[in-house]
Amino acid sequence: MTEVLAGRARQVTRSGSATPDIDCDRQSVAGSVSQRACTFCGSRVVLYPIADAVHLVHGPIGCAVYTWDVRGALSSGPELHRLSFSTDLRERHVVFGGERQLEDSLMELIGKHHPKAAFVYGTCIVGVIGDDVPAICKKVSAKTGIPCIPVQSEGFQGSKRQGYDAACEALMALIGTGDTAGIPQHSVNILGDFNLAGEIWIIRDYLKRMGVEVVAQLTGDGRVDDIRRAHGAGLNLVQCSGSTTKLAMQMQEKYGIPFKRVSFFGLDDMAGALYAIAEHFKDPQILARTRELVAEEIAKTLPVVSQCRQDLEGKRAAIYVGGSFKAISLVKALRLIGMKTVLVGSQTGTKEDYAYLSDLCDPGTIIVDDSNPAELSSFLSEGKADLFIGGVKERPLAYKLGVAFCDHNHERKLPLEGFVGMANFAREVHGSVCSPVWQFAPRHAISKLSEEV
Amino acid sequence: MLSQTPTKVSQRSALRINPAKTCQPIGAMYAASGIHNCLPYSHGSQGCCSYHRSHLTRHFKEPFMAATSSFTEGASVFGGQPNLLQGLRTAFAAYDPDVIAVNTTCLSETIGDDIPQIIGEAESSGIIPEGKFVIHANTPSYDGSHVTGFSNMCVSMVKYFATRIEDSSEASAPQLNIVPGFVDPADMREIRRLAESVGFTVTMFPDTAGVLDAPQTGSFQMYPDGGVTVDELRNLGRGVKTLALGPFASAEAALQLDKIAGVPHEVLDLPVGIAATDRFIGALNALGAAIPDEITTQRGQLVDLMCDVQQHFYNKKVAIFGDPDHVLSLTEFCRDLGMIPVHILTGTPGKAFGRKATEILGDKADQTNIEGEQDLFLLHQLIKNQPVDLLVGTSYGKYIARAEDIPFVRFGWPILDRFGHALIPSLGYAGAIQLISKMSDALLDRRDRDSTEWQFELVL
Repeated sequence: MTEVLAGRARQVTRSGSATPDIDCDRQSVAGSVSQRACTFCGSRVVLYPIADAVHLVHGPIGCAVYTWDVRGALSSGPELHRLSFSTDLRERHVVFGGERQLEDSLMELIGKHHPKAAFVYGTCIVGVIGDDVPAICKKVSAKTGIPCIPVQSEGFQGSKRQGYDAACEALMALIGTGDTAGIPQHSVNILGDFNLAGEIWIIRDYLKRMGVEVVAQLTGDGRVDDIRRAHGAGLNLVQCSGSTTKLAMQMQEKYGIPFKRVSFFGLDDMAGALYAIAEHFKDPQILARTRELVAEEIAKTLPVVSQCRQDLEGKRAAIYVGGSFKAISLVKALRLIGMKTVLVGSQTGTKEDYAYLSDLCDPGTIIVDDSNPAELSSFLSEGKADLFIGGVKERPLAYKLGVAFCDHNHERKLPLEGFVGMANFAREVHGSVCSPVWQFAPRHAISKLSEEV
Repeated sequence: MLSQTPTKVSQRSALRINPAKTCQPIGAMYAASGIHNCLPYSHGSQGCCSYHRSHLTRHFKEPFMAATSSFTEGASVFGGQPNLLQGLRTAFAAYDPDVIAVNTTCLSETIGDDIPQIIGEAESSGIIPEGKFVIHANTPSYDGSHVTGFSNMCVSMVKYFATRIEDSSEASAPQLNIVPGFVDPADMREIRRLAESVGFTVTMFPDTAGVLDAPQTGSFQMYPDGGVTVDELRNLGRGVKTLALGPFASAEAALQLDKIAGVPHEVLDLPVGIAATDRFIGALNALGAAIPDEITTQRGQLVDLMCDVQQHFYNKKVAIFGDPDHVLSLTEFCRDLGMIPVHILTGTPGKAFGRKATEILGDKADQTNIEGEQDLFLLHQLIKNQPVDLLVGTSYGKYIARAEDIPFVRFGWPILDRFGHALIPSLGYAGAIQLISKMSDALLDRRDRDSTEWQFELVL
C-alpha cells in the first residue's frame, strides 16, 4: 500500500473503512511537495475574469507573470483582464516602501485604459513592508472617480481558500453600489463560474430558455456594472462552492438573497440544478419550460454518452482537483460513462464533501486531501487507473505513468459544464483513454508481452 | 486582446505591462533541477512553489518536483526558521534527496531569514542526514530576473562544493567545466556532445538533460537519471578550464569557480548561430583539442544552408525579445543571415545588454532599437511604429504577432503553447540549422499565404 507522509496520515482515507473521517483544511506540511497554491492565487482566480476592470498586481514581477492569461476565462467583450499589470517592485521599494510606485502605476493605468474599476492585489511582500494599499486605493478613487478596490491577498495568509475570502470581500465592496431598478423577481446571479471555454454562456442560455434573468456573473465574463447591481437578484447560484459560498452568505445576510449550491457538471447535477432553480421560483411555467429543456438536452447528449460508454465500460479513473464539490459531480459523471473511480482527492476540500464522497464511491476508493506527486503516482499505480483527471501539475505525472488525462481545471479547452459539457467530457475522456499512443507506453507494452507469454 | 495598444509611446514611470521577465526563484529552481538527486526547495509561501512548478511544467511538459516552506502569517512575523527546519526534516524523511537546494523568495528575504545560520542549525541538530547536503541561493524576487536567479543557484553549486584540487593527474581525458546557461535539456545535451567529441571529460553544471527530457518508463521517478552529481561538483577544481556560456546566466559561477578553485575561466556568448558557435568551438580548439571532421562537416552543412536560403533573409526586418544571452546571440545570427534586427528587447535588468548589443551590431547599431529592462507592451508599440517581417521570442510574443499579423518563431523560455522544443537543440551548429529552418518556414509560409494566384509558386 502507498506510503503517506508522516503527519498526513489523517488526510487520507478509504471509503467503506472504519474511519471515514478525514482531516482537512490544514496547512500543508512544510517540506512537502504540495500541489497547493497560496492566498494570492485564490483571489486572482476568482476576480480575474472580470473583463472590464484592470487587475494590478502590487509586488515583484513573478506574481503577475504566473497569472498572466493562464486560464481561458473568456470574455464576450472587453479583454482588459488578459493583460498583465504589475508594479514590478524593486529593492528600493522594499526599503523605502512601494506606496508611491503603486499610486503612480494606478494613475498611469487608469489614464491609459479607462477601466470600470481597478482591483489591486497585495502580495506577500506588501504585507511585510506595510504599504497602506487601502489608503492609496481610496486616494486614487477620489482623484479619478474609478473605484479602486484593494484585495488583501498576501500569499502567506494560507492556501487558496483564504484568497477566495479576500476576493469575496473585494466583490462585496462593489455589490450594492448600482441601481437595481428593472430587475425582475425571477432573476439570479451566477457565483463561482469563471466561463472557462465559454461555459457560462451555456448556462445563460439554459436560464434564458427557462425564463430566468441573469443579473450578474461572478465572475465569468463579468462586468463591473452588473456586479454593482447584483444585490437586486432574487437568487444566488453558487457553482464552485469553495470559492464563493462565503460571498453568497454575506449577500444573504446583507441583502436577504437566498442561495443554492449547484453543480453544472454531469447530467444528474446539471438537471438537478435547473430543477432547483425552477422550484425556488415556484412558477409552474418555469418548471414546465425546465422539464422541456432538460428532456431535450438529455436526448441530445445520451447518444454521445452511450457511444463513448461502449469503450469505457469498466475502466478506472482517478480524480485530483481543486475543490471537493466538483469531485462529487465528476464521480457521478464518470459512472455515467461506465467508469469506476479508484481515487478521489482535492487541494482544499471540506469535511462534509469528503464524507459525501465516501458514501458515494465504491468501497475501497481512496479519498485524499492536499496530496503530492509521489503519493498520487503511487495511488494511481495501486488503483490501476486508466485515466487521471486533474490540473496542470497532474498532467505530466499521468503521462509519465502512461495514463490518459483530462484537464478539469484552468487548461480545459472545451466547455465541460451543461448537458453539452457532459457530451464533451465523454468525448474528451474517450479520446484520451482510447488513444493509440498508450499501447507504446511501457506499462501497457509490458502487460501485453506477459499476456502473450 | 492587444487591439487597444496605442501607437504613441508615452513615458511610464512605474507601471509594468506584459512583462518580458519573471522572478529569480524560478530560475534558481530550474538550475537546481540540474543537480542529480536534488530537491529544489522554495523558502516562502506555498504559492511561489506552486506557480514555479506549474510554469516549468508548462514549458517542459514534465513533472517538476519542488518542496516549499509553506509560510504562514506567523512565519512572516516571527521568521521562517521553524518552517525551514521542519521542511528540511520532512523533505529528507519523505523524499530522500542527496541535495536540497533552497532558494529564498521576496518574503523570506524581506523578513530577513538568515539561511546559512538556519542550515547550520539543521546540521548541528542532526536534521541533515549523513552524506546529504543542503545548499542555498539568495534569490529575492525584487532584484534581477529569472536569469539572475539561475545564475545565483549556479554560483551556490560552486560555493558549496568546489575546492582547489592540486593533483589532476588521475584523469585520462582533461576535464572541462561548462556552465551552459538557462537553456533547454536538448541544448545542454548538444553542448556536451560537441565538447566530448573533441576529447574532453565534461562537467556541466547544471545539467537538466535526463531530468526534464526523461523518457517514459511507466513509473514515476522522483529524481530522474540526469543531472550533475555532487561528486562531479566536488571535483570541479580538477577542470583545466571553465567555459561560461552567456554572460548573464553563467559568467558569475565561472568567475567564482576561478576564485575558489583556481580554474581559469572564459565567458563566451551563448552559442546560438554560426559566429557564437564558432567562438565556442574556437575556445575548445584553443585548449589544444583537435576539431573532429564530424563537427567541421556539420558546420559546412550549416554554411551551405545559409547560402541556399540567404536570398529569403536578405534585408528582412526582425524583432527579437527574451532573455539577454539568447537575444544577443540570436541578434548576431540574424545579422549574419542578412536580416536587420530592428528591435531587440529583454526584460532582465543589466547595462551589459545595451553595451554588448552595440558591440555586436557594430556600425549598424543605429538601425536597431536596443531595449534593456523593458516589457512587451513597449515592444508592441515599437513594432507599430517600425513594423517588422518576423518576430522571434517566447510564447508571450504570440499576442503581438496576432495583433500585427507578423510571422512568429518561438525561441527561448518559456514556450507554453508548442511541443518538442525541450527535445530539439537550438544551440550549436545543429541548433542553427534548426533555427534557420523555423525562421525561413515562417517567412515563406507567409509569402505563400500573401501571394496572388499568379505569384504563388511551387519552387522557392
